[in-house]
Amino acid sequence: MTLPGLQLASPGPLRPASEMATREAQLGWALIAIGVIVVLIITALVLTGTFRHRGEAAEQIRREGEGIRWITIGGIVLPAIVLLAAFGLTLKVLRSQQLPSRSSDVTIEIVGHRWWWELRYQGANSQQHAVTANEIHIPVGRPVRVALKSGDVIHSFWVPELGGKTDLIPGQENVIWLQADRAGVYRGQCAEFCGAQHAQMALMVVAEAPDDFARWFALQQEGAPAPTGAALRGRDAFVGGPCALCHEIRGTEAGGRQGPDLTHLAGRKTIAAGLLPNDRGKLTAWILDPQTIKPGSLMPRMRLNDQDVAAMVEYLETLQ
Amino acid sequence: MSATVLSHPEAVERLTREWETPPGILGALGTVDHKLIGKRYLVTAFVFLVLGGLEAAAMRAQLAGPNRRLLSPELYNQIFTMHGVTMIFLYAAPVLSGFANYLWPLLIGARDMALPRLNALSYWVFLFAGLFIYASVLAGQMPDGGWFSYAPLSERVASPGLGPDFYALGLLFLGISTTAGAVNFVVTFFTLRAPGMSLNRVPILLWGSLSTAVMVIFAMPALTVACVFLYFDRRLGMHFFDAVAGGHPLLWQHLFWMFGHPWVYIVVLPAMGIVSDILPVFCRRPLVGYTYVVMATIATAILGFGVWVHHMFSTGLPSVAMSFFSAASMVIAIPSGVTVLAWVATIWFGRVVSSTAFLFMAGFVVLFVMGGVSGVMTAAVPFDWQLTDSYFVVAHLHYVLVGINVFPVIGASYFWAPKMTGRMLSERLGRWNFWVMFVGFNLGFFPMHIAGLLGMPRRIYTYPAGLGWDTVNLVTTIGAYLFAVGVLLFVINLVWSLRRGAQASPNPWDSPTLEWSVSSPPPPYNFAVIPVVRSRHPLWEDRLHPDDPARTDLSAGSPLDEGRLTLQTSALDAEPAEVLPMPGDSLWPLALALSLSGCFTGLLVGNPILTGLSATLLVVSVTGWLWPETREQLP
Repeated sequence: MTLPGLQLASPGPLRPASEMATREAQLGWALIAIGVIVVLIITALVLTGTFRHRGEAAEQIRREGEGIRWITIGGIVLPAIVLLAAFGLTLKVLRSQQLPSRSSDVTIEIVGHRWWWELRYQGANSQQHAVTANEIHIPVGRPVRVALKSGDVIHSFWVPELGGKTDLIPGQENVIWLQADRAGVYRGQCAEFCGAQHAQMALMVVAEAPDDFARWFALQQEGAPAPTGAALRGRDAFVGGPCALCHEIRGTEAGGRQGPDLTHLAGRKTIAAGLLPNDRGKLTAWILDPQTIKPGSLMPRMRLNDQDVAAMVEYLETLQ
Repeated sequence: MSATVLSHPEAVERLTREWETPPGILGALGTVDHKLIGKRYLVTAFVFLVLGGLEAAAMRAQLAGPNRRLLSPELYNQIFTMHGVTMIFLYAAPVLSGFANYLWPLLIGARDMALPRLNALSYWVFLFAGLFIYASVLAGQMPDGGWFSYAPLSERVASPGLGPDFYALGLLFLGISTTAGAVNFVVTFFTLRAPGMSLNRVPILLWGSLSTAVMVIFAMPALTVACVFLYFDRRLGMHFFDAVAGGHPLLWQHLFWMFGHPWVYIVVLPAMGIVSDILPVFCRRPLVGYTYVVMATIATAILGFGVWVHHMFSTGLPSVAMSFFSAASMVIAIPSGVTVLAWVATIWFGRVVSSTAFLFMAGFVVLFVMGGVSGVMTAAVPFDWQLTDSYFVVAHLHYVLVGINVFPVIGASYFWAPKMTGRMLSERLGRWNFWVMFVGFNLGFFPMHIAGLLGMPRRIYTYPAGLGWDTVNLVTTIGAYLFAVGVLLFVINLVWSLRRGAQASPNPWDSPTLEWSVSSPPPPYNFAVIPVVRSRHPLWEDRLHPDDPARTDLSAGSPLDEGRLTLQTSALDAEPAEVLPMPGDSLWPLALALSLSGCFTGLLVGNPILTGLSATLLVVSVTGWLWPETREQLP
C-alpha cells in the first residue's frame, strides 16, 4: 500500500542511509562477491569435470592417488585464507559499530507490544517527556540513544536502511544508536515472529532537520488541545466510552495504557502500526471494525453507534 | 571351502526360515527386519515430505502477491509452523534414518542392526509421534509459534490453546525415537562390521550416520529439557521463561539452538555421506581423499556444537561472545570445503558416466556450495544483523535443507531403489525429474535471497504492495510449484517402475560396496555367509588393484544357519569376536510405543487416569520385552 504524501524509500539493507548501515552493506557486498566467485568456480569445475573424459571406457576403474592436492590447497588453504579475511573484515565492522562517544540530547525508549510500537521520548531535562506510537522522529545526522524493551513477547526492531536488527526481549534492555544521515522517511517492521499480526507491525522513522525535530518534540510534550463544537461531543464519547480503558489522551481523563497514546494522533501519518494511512475514512473504518482490517488485533470490535464514531473521528482529527 | 552354502541348499532354506518375516498382520506388526523397517521409515518420511510440501504450497499461494487474503493470519501461522516441524523433524532426519536402517547392515556385511527390537521401537515411536503432532490438525489447534517456538510467545499468556502443548509433547515423544535410533547406530557400527572391515574401510554413509548418531545423543537432551520446561511453564504454572517471575526468555533460545544447530548437521551429514558413496560410482573411481572426508565429517560433528549463538546475534549479546561464535561459524566452513573439493576432484579425475543419480549428486554439489557461502555471510555478525529473520535466511536454509537433504535423497532413491524393490526406475523420466526439480528449486528459492536483501522479513502472512517485493515473490511461487511438479514426477516414476520397471540385476551400477553383492532385493538374511572384507571397494578389487592379491571373500566361512545368528567383531579392526544370537520378531516394541502414545495423549489433554493407565501398560510392555526367553542352546 502506498501512503499518500509519503515517499517511501526502498526498504532494503543494500540502500543504506546511515553510517552503520553503510558499513554493514559494504561488508555484505564483499561477502556476496566472494560467494559468487566461489560458486562460479565450483560450478565450472563440476561442469568441465563431467565432460572431460567422456570418451573413455566406463568399465575401467581409475586408481586412487590423484587429486589430494585439490583438497589440501582448494579445500583447506584457500578457504582458510578467504575466511580469515572475511573474519577480519567482520571484526573491523563489528568494532566500528560500538557505541558512539557523543551523547544525544534526546533518548527514546521503544517498548514492543503485540502489534505496535510504544515510543517514550526523554529530553535533556526530566520535564521533557512525551509518549507516542509507531512513528519515530529523529533529528537528521545525530545519533539518538534508543533503549529497546518488550511489554509481552519478543519483537525485533529493524529499519534496514538505518541498520540491522536488535531484539526487544522481556526482562532485558537492549541499547542501540539510531542515526540517519539523510532526511527522509524510513520504513521498518518487526522482524521476530510475535504472533497473529507479526506481519503488520510496521513503524517508520522520520529523520528531519534538527529544528523541525525540536518543534515536533515540543508539540508532543503538550497535552491534547481542547476541543470545540462537534469535536467536544467526540471527546466525551471517547472519554466516557470503552476507548479510554486502553488509550491515553493526555490532558483528558482517558488514561488507558494498553493501547497506543493518542494525544497527538492526528499528527501521525499512519494508524494501526503502519497499516493504514491516517485519514478520516480509514480511521472511521478502523474504529468500527478493527478485526476485519487486522484480524487478531488486540483492539476488539466495540458496540458503538455511528454518531458517536463520527464525533470521535471529528475529535481525533483535531489532535494535532 | 567357499562352496559351503551353494552346496547346501538346506542351509539357505534354514536361513530363510530363521530370518523371514512371517506373513499376515501379526508378522508385519512384529517384524524386526531392518529392511522392512528402513522402507517403512522411507515411505513414512516421504508422506510427511508431501504433507509439508502441501503446506508450503498453501503459503506460496498466499504470498504470490501483496495483500492476499487466501489464509487468515492464524491459519498461515499454524501452516508455516507445521511446515517447519514436519520438514525438519518428521521428514529430514527420519528419511536419512530410513536409508541408514535399510543400508547399514547390507553395507557392513551384517544380518540386521545390533538392536533389532529397539529399531522396531524407533520406527513405531516415529510414526506415532508424527500422528500425535498431526492430530493437532484434526483438533484444529496446530502449533503456531514457529518450529523454533520462542518463549514467551509459546507461553500460556500469549498462546492459550493446545498448539504449543502438541509441539512440546510431540517433540519429546519423537525424541525417544531419535535417541533410540542413534544408540542403535552407534552400537551397530562398533560391533557388527564384517570381519576385515576395519575403520578405514567403512563406506562414508556410515561415518555420516555415526557422526549424526553421536550428535543426537549429545544434542537431544537440550531439546528435551527445553520442551519439559515449556510444558511445566504452561501446565504447572512454572516460570522458566517468564521474565516477570525471574525466568528468562533467552534460556529457551540457548537450549533450543544448542540442540537446533547440531540438528542442521544431523540432517545433512548422512546425506553428504550418501553423496560421497554414490558420486564415485558414476565417476568410475574411488572417492578422492577418503580419510580427509571422514575427518571432515567428524570435525563438522564436533564443531557443530560450538556455533549455536549465531542464531542469536540480534539478541544483544556482548561483542566478544559474538566474535567467538562468528569465528566458529566460519571455521566450520573448512571441513565443508574439504568435502566439496573431494567431490569436485572425484568428478575431475574420474570418468563421468551420467545417470539420474549422478545428476542429483552433481546438482547437489552446486547447491551445497551456494548454501554454504550464504551461510558464511550469516556468520559475519554485522551483516547478519541485516540478514537474520529476513527472507535471505529462508533462502539459505532451503539451499541447505533441500539442496543437501532432498536432492541427495531423491538421487539416492534412483540409486538404491533397484536394490530395495528389484526394479529399475526410469532413467528417461528421471532426467525430467532432475531438471524440473533443479530449475524449479533455483527459480523458487534464489529470489528469496533478493527478497531478504530488499528488506522482507520472514514469517509474515502478507505484505503491502509498493515495497519492491511483489515480483520476487511471484517468481518464488512459480518456482516452488515447478519444484513440486518435479517431486510429483519422482512419485510417478516410483509408482510406474514398481509395476513396469526393468528387473534389477544384483549390481546394476557396477558399484564397489557389499550391498551390491547380494540379489536385488536382498534375501531376508542379507548374506548367506558373512563376508570377509579385504579392502574399501570389495567389488572393484580385480580392477582397482590387480597386483595386490588380497581379495574380499563373499562365500567362505560358516553360514551361521543354526539359529538367528550374526557375527560380532571388534570395534576398530573388525576382528571376529563371537557368534551373536539375535532377537527375533516381537510385538512388545509396538506395545511399548502404543503405551507411550497413551501417556503423551494423557499429558496433552490433562487426563491423569489415561496417563496412569498408559504408564502401567508401559511397565508391562518393558517387562514383557525384557522377559528372559528360553533359547535353543548353541552347539
